[in-house]
Amino acid sequence: MPNSKVNNFVIRFANVNGTGSASANYLFAKAIFRMGVPVTPKNIFPSNIQGLPTWYDVRVSEKGYLGRREGVDIMVCVNPQSMPDDVRSVRSGGYFIYDSTKALHPELIRNDVTYIGMPLMEMCLREFTDPRQRQLFKNIIYVGALAALLDIEFEVLEQLLAEQFEGKEKLIGLNIKALKLGVQYINDNFSFPLEIRLERRDLVGDKILVDGNSACGLGAVYGGATVVAWYPITPSTSVVEGFETYAKKLRIDPETGKKNFAIVQAEDELAAIGMVIGANWNGARSFTATSGPGLSLMNEFLGLAYFAEIPTVLIDVQRTGPSTGMPTRTQQSDILLAAYASHGDTKQVLIFPSTPKECFEMTAESFDLAELLQTPIILMTDLDLGMNDHMSEPFVWDDNKQYNRGKVLDAQQLEELPRFGRYLDVDGDGITYRTIPGTHPTKGSFFTRGTSRDEYAAYTEDGSVYARNMERLLKKWDTAKNIVPAPVLYQSENKSPYGLIFFGTSTYSAEEAMDDMEASGIVFDAMRLKSFPFNKTVEDFIHSHEMVFIIEQNRDAQMRSLLINELNVNPQKMISVLNFDGMPITAQFITSQINKTLSPAIN
Amino acid sequence: MTYIRPKFRHPDLPKNDLGYTTKEYEGSLSTLCAGCGHDSISASIIEACFELSIPPHRIAKLSGIGCSSKTPTYFLGNSHGFNSVHGRMPSVATGANMANRELTYIGVSGDGDTASIGMGQFVHVIRRNLNMVYIVMNNGCYGLTKGQDSATADEGSKSKAGSVNPFQPIDLAGLALELGASFVAQSFSGDKQQLIPLIKAAISHQGFAFINVISPCVTFNNNPGSTKSYDYVREHIESTGKTDLVPEKTEILTSYESGTGTNVMMHDGTYIRLEKLASNRNPFDRMGAMNALQNARNRSEILTGLLFVEKETENLHQTINSSDRPLNTLMQEELCPGSSVLADINDELR
Repeated sequence: MPNSKVNNFVIRFANVNGTGSASANYLFAKAIFRMGVPVTPKNIFPSNIQGLPTWYDVRVSEKGYLGRREGVDIMVCVNPQSMPDDVRSVRSGGYFIYDSTKALHPELIRNDVTYIGMPLMEMCLREFTDPRQRQLFKNIIYVGALAALLDIEFEVLEQLLAEQFEGKEKLIGLNIKALKLGVQYINDNFSFPLEIRLERRDLVGDKILVDGNSACGLGAVYGGATVVAWYPITPSTSVVEGFETYAKKLRIDPETGKKNFAIVQAEDELAAIGMVIGANWNGARSFTATSGPGLSLMNEFLGLAYFAEIPTVLIDVQRTGPSTGMPTRTQQSDILLAAYASHGDTKQVLIFPSTPKECFEMTAESFDLAELLQTPIILMTDLDLGMNDHMSEPFVWDDNKQYNRGKVLDAQQLEELPRFGRYLDVDGDGITYRTIPGTHPTKGSFFTRGTSRDEYAAYTEDGSVYARNMERLLKKWDTAKNIVPAPVLYQSENKSPYGLIFFGTSTYSAEEAMDDMEASGIVFDAMRLKSFPFNKTVEDFIHSHEMVFIIEQNRDAQMRSLLINELNVNPQKMISVLNFDGMPITAQFITSQINKTLSPAIN
Repeated sequence: MTYIRPKFRHPDLPKNDLGYTTKEYEGSLSTLCAGCGHDSISASIIEACFELSIPPHRIAKLSGIGCSSKTPTYFLGNSHGFNSVHGRMPSVATGANMANRELTYIGVSGDGDTASIGMGQFVHVIRRNLNMVYIVMNNGCYGLTKGQDSATADEGSKSKAGSVNPFQPIDLAGLALELGASFVAQSFSGDKQQLIPLIKAAISHQGFAFINVISPCVTFNNNPGSTKSYDYVREHIESTGKTDLVPEKTEILTSYESGTGTNVMMHDGTYIRLEKLASNRNPFDRMGAMNALQNARNRSEILTGLLFVEKETENLHQTINSSDRPLNTLMQEELCPGSSVLADINDELR
């Protein structure tokens, strides 16, 4: 029987933010990944630049579970501010590794926890002279200590440092010195490895370790975005930074050295979305990225883009609201705001990625969808997916795939057309033909406006013409149902009266919860939503189950509301599983919530 | 008012270099009030574009919300137009310009649209020196909501209903100068002789060109006591001099007295010719323009004409070093790095 303590634990690093701990902790996580063991790092950080507590959780799972797990097996605490809480959060039988330069307060001693003290500060003061190095290498020393305690292959760490500091030999040397100090200290003072430890496996395959925001940025490069307008807001900022990083490598004109893209840092989100709409209107693929408060500000423009039918791509990296809420914590709480963004009758297309691979391909695909449907496409990711590194299937691109620019008339087509009607439903699918400014000298120009107009884009306040147009927009919405990404069914045919519905970053934990519950004898059918509008599969899934649990990360059961509002389903059988404390949802939470409903029935 | 515009035009209407008459530059019939200053500005835009022989379909006209923002319907019917949301025309124009640097962008706004809700976007589009013409049809009031004071209404100006505006006005031309706009002019809708050359010069300018045009609201702000009425403006107007735009091929003939004129060469090879400049006025002197504007205001005068132009100016495309080719013409082969590059990227993430 395999040892349950090998490759199966949660380690938490308690640091002070702004001390360079994140890169040391990442080094630790990446080393485990390189040893072929599935790993899930999560950065739990404050909305602050320097001096507040920050944590970094790493879950190691032989079974490949990538969701967060409650309970800390090993705590590495180098932050005195949070030490009392950190001691409390260790599981019974776990380990508490700390900086013993200063003695622990007796009240912090628990007899069910093993304490491993290392005089990190003292070691740094002795070994390094530069103040910044003294701070930074404290982190590297504990990584070295963990290498000894947990059996991390030292060569893997050396290799990672060599890659990270390629060309900076001196830095590599200093880092390795710090690592070895940690190893040596453990050698001299403790027995090791611990019972909780690592063993090399081949469970990672060709997977990559990357954050969702970088994946979105790269997806936008591949999807052909050329104009990017944005306003900084956590946790979306690194989407545009990711785009810029890749575009600077991949989108420079080889002859002129000029950029085949334009990035404008706007004065606010209102301007950012306005620029995106202007650029798309003018035939460039353009996007912006924001989070909840930005999405609120963009609402007016999203109504214009819906009504004037302008392709628009918006990446919403959701965080904990309302208002500033907890800006560095995760949630899936912009669903209703996004789905019905703007005044008047509006419905917006939403896309829900759940892995970095999907962030990449769904961002790229959003540009096709936006131009096909001539409407905003809102990619609904979240802080957990966007800012944390995830073990993901690799990015895939089919070189045979051509961008689908949708119904755009060129000069020749305009020339042959007796009369161009911008809002004339020629094909009966609700999607009309558009033209790009500057195409034809006398044909194809039209006036884009938020006020009602007829099929030929002429201003009108005739109620029947207005209503006809609104009906056509609904027809387009129906067309969209079969174009947007279809939901994923976990079973070819139903095998349970109970269904689970989830989406986005709840997926990992929902899958794990299904395994856990199956082990205790309860089987579920499951469906992962990938988009809104919902197609018939979604409705059928709900109809074919007695009880449907909808797992989401907000207080108000927003996805449940959306399903009830849009589909002809019975609300009474739609049971919510709601996690909204700002931390990524766990399998344990899902299981316990579902058991609360099912236990009486089972008993 | 009839909504049927006669199709007939005089057969001998003059033609421009493209062989077009002004008919090709007209828009739909205006639905603004008879005598509205805005219609004169629309007519000046039509005339300026006609005289410059710009193909109408190579112009994009953009606006926000309000009476002034309705006007793009009434000029350049063969151009694409975009009536966006209140105060946000600059952002739409910015995105459009980023997508295609080769079109001519004419943004039209009002004092409500620019000086209140749109102030943020106005100042930032100036900062970026976007290559566009930005015309404010400034009547000191909110016409479309029936005459409330706007932020450009002068302190002490009396409304039609008799109330006196107690607040300081926002001087858009002064603000544009202060913010570093590379072309700033001021004019009056009733002075097409001055306005048409200013619009032509603004179009030729390869950066942000701002024209604040006092454009009286005949219905709500043309009463005695208003400082934006036709009568008041006519009585208080003061010109910096005569402006004209000379096409590249035209030989420059000095028709003005030596020492009183300046020719400003534009990037496209045309010249702005400034005649009869008031003494000690230099169109390249930003500080001087700011002082002159303020001094005129102290005298309750409205200084019109070209106030300032920066000869060498760097617009947003140049600043960010974007492709010389319009970004909206780049094809997938140039935009998408393909699967082999992606394989390398995957490797870097392992």
